[in-house]
Amino acid sequence: MAESMKDKVAIVGMGCSKFGERWDAGHADLVIEAAYEAYEDAGVEPKDIDAAWYGTIGNLGISGIITSSPMTGAGLAAPLKLQYKPVTHVENACGTGEDALRNAAFSLAAKAYDLVLVVGVEKLKDAGFGGLGELGLYCNPVYMGGITAPGYYALAATRYFRKYGIAPQDGKRMLAMVSVKSHHNGARNPKAHLRREVTVEQVMNAPIISWPLGLFDCCGVTDGAAAAILCRAEDAKHYRDDYMLIKGLGLSIGPGQGSIRTDYDYTFWDETYYASREAYAQAGINNPRKELDLVENHDCFSISELIACESLGICERGHAREDIESGAWTQEGEIPINLSGGLKSFGHPIGASGCRESYEIYKQFQGKAEDSSRQLKNPRMGMVHNQGGGPGMFMCAVCVYGLPQ
Amino acid sequence: MPVGITSYGAYIPIYRLSTQTLTQVWGGFAAPGEKAVANWDEDSLTMAVEAIIDCLNGMDRELVDGLYFATTTPAYREKQSASIMAKVVDLHRDIVTMDIANSLRGGSIAMKAALDAINAGSAKNFLVAAADCRVPAPDSTFEQLFGDGAAALLLGDADIAVEIEGSHTIFSDFIDTWRREEDRYIQAWEDRFIIEEGYLAHLVEAISGLFKKYNVTPKDFAKAVFYAYDSRRHAEIARRLGFDLKTQVQDPLLSAIGHTGTASALMMLVAALEEAKPGDRILFANYGDGADTFILRVTDQIEKVRDRRGIKRHLASKMMAPNYGKYLHFRNLMEWLPVRQPPKYAALTVSWRDRDWILSCRGYKCKHCGNIIFPPQRVCSYCQAKDDFEEVKLSDKKGTLFTYSLDNLGVTVDPPSVYAIVDLEGGGRFATILTDRDPEKITPDMRVELTFRNFHEGQNIHNYFWKCRPIRA
Repeated sequence: MAESMKDKVAIVGMGCSKFGERWDAGHADLVIEAAYEAYEDAGVEPKDIDAAWYGTIGNLGISGIITSSPMTGAGLAAPLKLQYKPVTHVENACGTGEDALRNAAFSLAAKAYDLVLVVGVEKLKDAGFGGLGELGLYCNPVYMGGITAPGYYALAATRYFRKYGIAPQDGKRMLAMVSVKSHHNGARNPKAHLRREVTVEQVMNAPIISWPLGLFDCCGVTDGAAAAILCRAEDAKHYRDDYMLIKGLGLSIGPGQGSIRTDYDYTFWDETYYASREAYAQAGINNPRKELDLVENHDCFSISELIACESLGICERGHAREDIESGAWTQEGEIPINLSGGLKSFGHPIGASGCRESYEIYKQFQGKAEDSSRQLKNPRMGMVHNQGGGPGMFMCAVCVYGLPQ
Repeated sequence: MPVGITSYGAYIPIYRLSTQTLTQVWGGFAAPGEKAVANWDEDSLTMAVEAIIDCLNGMDRELVDGLYFATTTPAYREKQSASIMAKVVDLHRDIVTMDIANSLRGGSIAMKAALDAINAGSAKNFLVAAADCRVPAPDSTFEQLFGDGAAALLLGDADIAVEIEGSHTIFSDFIDTWRREEDRYIQAWEDRFIIEEGYLAHLVEAISGLFKKYNVTPKDFAKAVFYAYDSRRHAEIARRLGFDLKTQVQDPLLSAIGHTGTASALMMLVAALEEAKPGDRILFANYGDGADTFILRVTDQIEKVRDRRGIKRHLASKMMAPNYGKYLHFRNLMEWLPVRQPPKYAALTVSWRDRDWILSCRGYKCKHCGNIIFPPQRVCSYCQAKDDFEEVKLSDKKGTLFTYSLDNLGVTVDPPSVYAIVDLEGGGRFATILTDRDPEKITPDMRVELTFRNFHEGQNIHNYFWKCRPIRA
């Protein structure tokens, strides 16, 4: 019979490359930066690794997204010179990183291996154009053809405004407040991509990428990698005392019917709801707003953070505006959201983001947030929300992390 | 057995370019006026589809036995347009389709051929469509003159709205304008020659021949509809034949939509039929490589085919092309910087497998839960019943814009791309792109209708599908 994943798997080492437009670094450099930091952090040698999970979206045929990451597990084995170890390539769009961690955790729970490496990585900035390319989610020459990621999420923003009776300029202001918070956090995070504070006016007046989303409503297109070393919980103390435990894992894939069913309303992520409730059930969380000390939320766009928080149950539906206006999600607020700067400001190398979000929780738990002004006081429970696709056709991976008792 | 026109329709693209916009760019002089220009996602095929849909309003398309399509600007040089159009308007499979290309007179040649088929008893209802999207050389007289548009006629031997009482045809090897395989733009000989010796001489000869054959005179006609080379020479024909320009002659629409090539005379005919009264006798004459002439008589049935957008309503519904640059993009008239993004995805295998919904716009209605699904799925999105659907036609449904975005990031000829989620009346959700729009005037809940367009040219294929647009008046 299936068992909860609570307290079965621990993360004992993590690494994260500098995020940004890394003109100096190729795929291999990013992988090495993240993996060797993780080795050192865990105090292990490359030869100690039994198996690895490689999260990258790598070379999609129909999608216009260009990434220079190899397709097979050689994307890790080759740069790291892993010697004939099993390496699995996980691809699940923008939620790839967290899903790679999840599958690695299952291998440990199944006692197939003792120590495993997960690296999420994306090298996007060899593409030659700004933004990501057009998505190919429906694999059809014309149906939803040519739609971009911001074009997709903007459908949700437009409807959100309409549903809650928010005038366009007020809606833009609400979204701008999300980005101002993200940039404020990212500006103080040394490894973040976009390290500049912005004002509400700057965000509102930025060029429109996909109305109503402007440039500062969109996350960075970023090169980067993040790595984790995992073992079973009972072995964690061999490596360190301040390890991080997986408390609950959830994954939900929507049947892609938002563009088909008239009862889908674009203002709520069902996949996020189901993935988070699965994770909460395992972790024993009843009130995420009260029980979680911080949340890394997949804010690829400003509107995503708002709707994801509603779908995660951090606030009621239609009430995200009150939270962003009251400062409830700031570092000093009731529940800090995207203290790292989020995808918005820390950056979003697609396959890396889930691991990178976990890295923020891990460092906060250990009291090692880079730049001490960012450090929370004794956080004990945190959550990573990582999703891919678009409204109406999402995948969503959620992981609740906690400290050992 | 009488035969004739049983229905008619037309299409004028929503964009107009004023002659003033042209003289602002090039200098010189132009008579005030404007011409209809196809949007970047339109071509002769999509415009003809629009005219056919207008023509078939309220008609049973199951009864159509054939489709002839006349154009000098076919979507493909090799690959028939009429067969694609027949699939798009969902005609039944065992009919004849044909493109009649290379002649500006193709529309009336198609009429003659269709009438012959009906008279021979091999068909009862025949569709004839004509459309052109001719690209004039920039900074030329033709640039001021040419416009884009389409017309369609349904011909048959029952419920005739306009009876064909007689016809007379001549052919001619005369060359006035031409375009070779390797020519981008239409060329012409000196206008004094092509007008005097070509247009005026041939049309007068053919119409005079018709008058003589049927022993009629201009006094026997309520209206004369004849091909126009330009306004001045159109009036000259009326003078030479003895028609009263003010009361008897159909306006050639040149200052409103321009010269629409193969579609031009048929569009004038549709405009005349919109005003025609039962009992009216109409002269219809078309020119190009010779001339076709017809004597038409309007019947009481004309009142039953009034609900058409035709010329009048399409004329009233327009948007001005804001500048010449926009027009250059619409017609791809310059060498642009190469696009850095990957090419648009296209695959003929997918387009073929999915043709019933990509072209014919058929959705599914679930026999279990009754919900409408688009595009069709094997397993119902609502109740998960498998492979238990009936097909429903969705292209004639209007809908409401549920949500949208205005995207400047994707590669498109005319940004922003307006992604639209549309809820159709009677059920079904349609995800597509909103075209023929003013980005400033889009609101949630706005009413839209579906329109057949070219999405992109990936793999050097015209990747057609249905977009939506604000409802045209």
